Amino acid sequence: MSIDWISFTPWMSLAGGLLIGLATAIYLLGLGRIAGVAGLVATSLAALIGGRSLRPELPRLLFLLGLLVAPWLWWIGEPQPAASVDVGTGGLVAAGLLVGVGVRMANGCTSGHGICGLSRLSLRSLVNVLAFMGAGFATVFVLRHVV
Amino acid sequence: MTHVIALLSGIVFGLGLILSGMANPAKVKNFLDLAGAWDPSLVMVMAGAIAVGLVAFAVARRQGRAWVGAPIELPVNRTIDARLIGGGLLFGIGWGIAGFCPGPALVALGRGMPEAAWFVGAMLVGMLLHDRVIAPRLSR
Repeated sequence: MSIDWISFTPWMSLAGGLLIGLATAIYLLGLGRIAGVAGLVATSLAALIGGRSLRPELPRLLFLLGLLVAPWLWWIGEPQPAASVDVGTGGLVAAGLLVGVGVRMANGCTSGHGICGLSRLSLRSLVNVLAFMGAGFATVFVLRHVV
Repeated sequence: MTHVIALLSGIVFGLGLILSGMANPAKVKNFLDLAGAWDPSLVMVMAGAIAVGLVAFAVARRQGRAWVGAPIELPVNRTIDARLIGGGLLFGIGWGIAGFCPGPALVALGRGMPEAAWFVGAMLVGMLLHDRVIAPRLSR
């Protein structure tokens, strides 16, 4: 293992993490709910497709809207950090399907089990985080160093 | 008030993802690449988020009620089973392939990144596939 000191952004990432924690705290203490993105998406999606009233979904949909508009509210004048993907359309679709099935099967993703679960000191969430981190490390190892 | 809080927390969450670098799939994959030039940034993100989260959940447990008056609902499920681990493994493989997880993918979609549209579309299909086809079969 060699650390890429040029790409490593300890303070920006810590500050971003604090903001993510703050958002989780606002949602939890303000509304009494867990800000787990996968759960919010799936619950709203089920209501949308089931033709149910969207009124009870509004808090969830507004949180998701906040994620979508955040890039547009990025500090004016400051360029946004670059973002890029290194897989093609087939890879993106396969990844999306796996993520969609996986987060529903385990009932949470990086936010629900990762941030909220670990903050609650939940053993169930820790087990899930170890599973997805381990699988993520193994997948990138295979894709970048084996194939 | 409920709606303002919901929108505000979504925006702050999204800005946090951008600032932390986690809205960039390439940076996430460089974290997952232990054998390459490793970028440990995600560790700092988790540390920052969990530091605030620990306080928030400790306060939540003591308060019982949210600012809007509703009871604070904390998860009660403690089951550790094959679904929890299997779901984590499937999620991790997908995360490793694209470098996207649900939150950052939505931020990237909002920014207009075409790759995010493919990922998010497939993710929604995957969620429905699980809830409508896989879960009913697993519980039989």
